[in-house]
Amino acid sequence: MGLSLFEKLWQEHRVERQDDATDLIYIDRVFLHERTGSIALSSLQADGRDVFYPQQVFCCMDHIVDTYPERSDETTMPSGKDFIVATRSHTRAAGITLFDLDDPRQGIVHVVSPEQGIVQPGMTLVCPDSHTCTQGALGALAWGIGSSEAEHALATKTLRVKKPRTMRVHFDGSLALGVSAKDMILHLIATHGANGGSGYAVEFTGQAVSELDMEARMTLCNMAVEFSAFTGLIAPDEKTVAFLQGRPYAPVGEAWQQAADYWRQLVSDADSIYDCELRVDCTSLEPQVTWGTSPQHATGISGAVPAPGDVDTLERAGREKALAYMDLQVGEPIAGKMLDAAFIGSCTNSRISDLRLAASVLKGRKVAPGLRAICVPGSMLVKAQAEAEGLDKVFIEAGFEWRASGCSMCFFAGGEHFGFQQRVISTTNRNFESRQGPETRTHLASPVMVAASAVRGCITDPREFL
Amino acid sequence: MLMEEFVRHSGIAAPILRGNVDTDAIIPSREMKRVSKLGLGEGLFAGWRYLTQETRNPDPQFVLNQDAYRGASILLSGPNFGCGSSREHAVWALKEFGIRAIIAPGFGSIFANNCVRNGVLALEMGDAEIKRIADWVALDAQRNRVLIDLPAQVVEAADVSFPFSVDPGAKRMLVEGLDAIALTQTRWQQISAFHEQRKQLRPWLY
Repeated sequence: MGLSLFEKLWQEHRVERQDDATDLIYIDRVFLHERTGSIALSSLQADGRDVFYPQQVFCCMDHIVDTYPERSDETTMPSGKDFIVATRSHTRAAGITLFDLDDPRQGIVHVVSPEQGIVQPGMTLVCPDSHTCTQGALGALAWGIGSSEAEHALATKTLRVKKPRTMRVHFDGSLALGVSAKDMILHLIATHGANGGSGYAVEFTGQAVSELDMEARMTLCNMAVEFSAFTGLIAPDEKTVAFLQGRPYAPVGEAWQQAADYWRQLVSDADSIYDCELRVDCTSLEPQVTWGTSPQHATGISGAVPAPGDVDTLERAGREKALAYMDLQVGEPIAGKMLDAAFIGSCTNSRISDLRLAASVLKGRKVAPGLRAICVPGSMLVKAQAEAEGLDKVFIEAGFEWRASGCSMCFFAGGEHFGFQQRVISTTNRNFESRQGPETRTHLASPVMVAASAVRGCITDPREFL
Repeated sequence: MLMEEFVRHSGIAAPILRGNVDTDAIIPSREMKRVSKLGLGEGLFAGWRYLTQETRNPDPQFVLNQDAYRGASILLSGPNFGCGSSREHAVWALKEFGIRAIIAPGFGSIFANNCVRNGVLALEMGDAEIKRIADWVALDAQRNRVLIDLPAQVVEAADVSFPFSVDPGAKRMLVEGLDAIALTQTRWQQISAFHEQRKQLRPWLY
């Protein structure tokens, strides 16, 4: 019997077995950010423990930094400065590479790491951030952990991990115009539930996945955690190798050849067995949007708000609460719902390809009167690239605010937010209650749908603009 | 740093019987004000617990504000409890409030790991059993206490013993109150050898 990619990566990193279920797994890279990394580092220091190999630890300032053009350590989030200052002093003391506020490479951790070539195929990489699974798009075993686990990884370069089961999701066929990786993952979660991937490491495969560019693959893997998966991953191919070549942290010369040869072997064997296999037909997939307060509350753009009674009772309680919170009526078509705001950003959809797609809809158009629209590039390098292509002008002329990089209004930390009960269409990953502001009503969608909806002022099928 | 042990616990069990209770709901990001694991209990379930966020006016509808469930130390909930953000603050907040165990049909995997690292039991049980326990507790929550026996892997409630399964590694960590880092550091020789070997095998990573 052959081995799956996950199995190969697991075996490659297993130091030793701890018991029947748990292995001690070697960790190649640790990423931190100022929100949870600051606590992990200060706790480690308080316990008198050192970072074992700081050369392989990186940190981003992204979570609670302001994204106004003129920003400093002072934040609109009360006490945000404490997190920034603590992170700076702890990373300096430990010898950890920090992408600080004034660094031209600053940005969201899961955008910065691939952009710099820090994550590479075949690695294990962890970060105290649930969206670390994003980086599985490069064929790495990357997953989110808590602060205590981060301390463990920093101090010992290992983690004690219960081995997940394996799942393979085949995305068959090609995507139609206006349909994207965001729609693939929202549809998967809506079909199989927000806990559909619970306990599994999920490999995404199939024609539609092969055809995605690297950034779209990151979008797909980003929301594996919204499927409750241990992580998502995609086997590296020539696109992966080409993406990494020339990146600042990628190997060079002879080491590059050696690495690339190894990466090309990182595929699941043809006869490998998975604990679960799912198939999704992409040919008939339409753009998706969420109506409720869980990512599983998604529907195609031609759909309507479903009745809560169609499902079992515990699930029904959640759906009824979601309908009340979102102020939606059963049977109401989702397209045409009036909006207060539109947001393009986050580790899900803030890379240059996302901005190019949104700009293709916005070019020569204006956002609807009274609608607040914000674009936050995923890194300062993405921002610079967009500006070099003139995309900033497209966004600004359309009526979007053009920001510096950070996690921004993907979540409300006490600073900037969309306002009480405001209805927002957003390229982010979580539509939880009050996630983007006090009782803010979030609809998740792809960058093109957010751009099209911003122009119309209501939830809109992006294909009308393409 | 040694962790609080979890062996046997008897307490009042409060129901939040729906699925996908996410960590943003357990501790909203705006409540994570300090670079600290402490001072989070007051922010637990803040969005549901208080009618007004600034003045903290309690919502009488929310279960943890009800006299019947005063002093609750166990939560009963639906599938995928603790999904979403990795914030360990969710567990720190639950613990500071006095919650020692959550009984649900399934958990967010990062949340479940965070529980183990903090001496909190994330106990998996079928939703029919959970509903049965909740119905019995609801008759008189202050008197109908739920007993969790981790070494024996049973929950005692409603004159019934409900067996449950638990990952052996997690069980050992909880029952013995082990510090995971100290435990792993006893394997230092093996880790070091692996590290040196990996430098040879995949030199471009170093």
